[in-house]
Amino acid sequence: MHPFQETEFSKAKQRRETLVKYGFLAMTVAIIIPLVLIIGYMIHEASPVLNTDFLLKAPQRGMKAGGIWPALLGTIYLVLMSLIIAAPVGVMAAIYLNEYAGDNWLTRTVNLAVINLAGVPSIVHALFGLGAFVLFAGIGKSILAASLTLAVMTLPVIITSTKESLAAVPMSFREACWNVGATRWQTIRRVVIPNSVSGMLTGFILEVSRAAGETAPIMFTGAVFYKAVKEGDIFAYNLTDQCMALSMHLFTISTQVPGVPEAIPFATAIVLLGTVVAINALSIGFRVYLRSRKKW
Amino acid sequence: MHTRQKWNRVKEFFIEWLIRICGISAIIFVFGIFFFVFKEGAGFMFTKWDPVQFFTSIEWYPTSVSNKRYGILAIIAGSASVTFFAMLIAIPFSLGAAVFISEFCGPKWKEVLKVIIEFLAAIPSVVWGFIGLMIMNPLIIKIFNAPIGLNVLNGGIILALMSIPIIVSISEDALKAVPDSYREAAVALGVTKWQMIYRVLIPAAKNGLLAGGLLGVGRSIGETMAVLLATGHAVQIPNGPLDSVRTLTATIAAELGETEQGADHWQVLFIIGIFLFSITFVINLIAYLVVKGIRIQAGES
Repeated sequence: MHPFQETEFSKAKQRRETLVKYGFLAMTVAIIIPLVLIIGYMIHEASPVLNTDFLLKAPQRGMKAGGIWPALLGTIYLVLMSLIIAAPVGVMAAIYLNEYAGDNWLTRTVNLAVINLAGVPSIVHALFGLGAFVLFAGIGKSILAASLTLAVMTLPVIITSTKESLAAVPMSFREACWNVGATRWQTIRRVVIPNSVSGMLTGFILEVSRAAGETAPIMFTGAVFYKAVKEGDIFAYNLTDQCMALSMHLFTISTQVPGVPEAIPFATAIVLLGTVVAINALSIGFRVYLRSRKKW
Repeated sequence: MHTRQKWNRVKEFFIEWLIRICGISAIIFVFGIFFFVFKEGAGFMFTKWDPVQFFTSIEWYPTSVSNKRYGILAIIAGSASVTFFAMLIAIPFSLGAAVFISEFCGPKWKEVLKVIIEFLAAIPSVVWGFIGLMIMNPLIIKIFNAPIGLNVLNGGIILALMSIPIIVSISEDALKAVPDSYREAAVALGVTKWQMIYRVLIPAAKNGLLAGGLLGVGRSIGETMAVLLATGHAVQIPNGPLDSVRTLTATIAAELGETEQGADHWQVLFIIGIFLFSITFVINLIAYLVVKGIRIQAGES
């Protein structure tokens, strides 16, 4: 027999290999297929009402008709405010962790705290926001209190992403800067931050997508069932007002209000999902683009 | 010294302190969360709270007129059963997907699959809950001929889909961290791919896989909106996957809005919050230590 000829044994082995490969492929596909089916079904159900009018009109007849403008606007306010609060703190925390902190117990504790902060259940964040911002600080239920709660919750996203991008700046850049006599802060400001700004932006985008989808943390700190807002009005809310929010609105119309035509909650879900996925796609596209043009 | 230089010194001094304060902000917030949630529940905790009844009684009657009882055993059972079911589904599928992505995929498909899994992670929890309520509910009623589709099974499937991304990504990292020399040694011995995965890669990556599973459990226990919408609202110890339950998180979300601020019921809900915080804290701590264990090992080898 030819030494390289396939034997029954090697053929069986080959078959098993293929079987294993397709088995694992099937498991991966089993995760993705339901997702595609579900989203397809949701878009199908939502299509009768999904148009620009739906986005720009206020809910009418006790939320049984009309659009989602006040909720969409509220979500934009909440997300932007939370980003304004979380971004500076998160970036500075990341600078501390990557540029200043030594390898000691304090740094390890901070890292552990960041991981834990990311793992705290959203409803516990809601209780914290209610106890600390609404009651203790006396802000009251408002956009400000809800944004602060969201900011604390999404802080780990910004810290992690910024820290990664700072760590990607080569050490030689810093050394060159120190060698011409710059101080530590000057180096950070003139060399490290400009070279990692893109990673920070990715972190901000992820924060926005996370904050836009959250419901529990804003339920008791500033989101309300209904608020009258004129069609297309973009300055409808003050920071001390309570507001509607997309996620909260979806919860309300699918559980608390009887007799809403099914297409409306489906369309609201699709708008919320579409917003979050689009923001995420932006961050992924951004990441791919940056990786392709990185200089070092 | 020039005034400008002096001014720069002062400025730098302040900025560096600001950075240090922000640096430890995460610690401040974790303590802050514990402190403020504890503060709201403390009044009841130290006067009228009966921990034995709280943890061992299944009687949750917070609004009873004559005899208010706060026993959360049935609610703990609700959280545990939904989480257990979710992990029963999520862990095998996530492991399979992680192995496929890490061992069988070319670099291009790897990237594509990771992006898809990332999208899965981006879907907001209230949308998952909505899917449970509007899509899974009628499906379960139809398939299992159940009286109601909002139950352990529904919540379990939804939570499984929600926790798959985190388990996949951590498991995939763990498999990637196994040195290629292990794979080469296995291939040189003539083993099949399946034998290599089962006997070499999984044992070598077991800490990371464990950490992934733990974080999945943490995520499932803490999830609020999805289970609030998908598990029904029955405070009971479930007999099977088709029974409705109520979880710890859903109890807080559903009842906090309807209680009077500072009342006993309100304070008990904050005590549940502390309990939830403690559980997830411990789970995250263990996962962190397990992952750190891997890093130390990798550093040595």
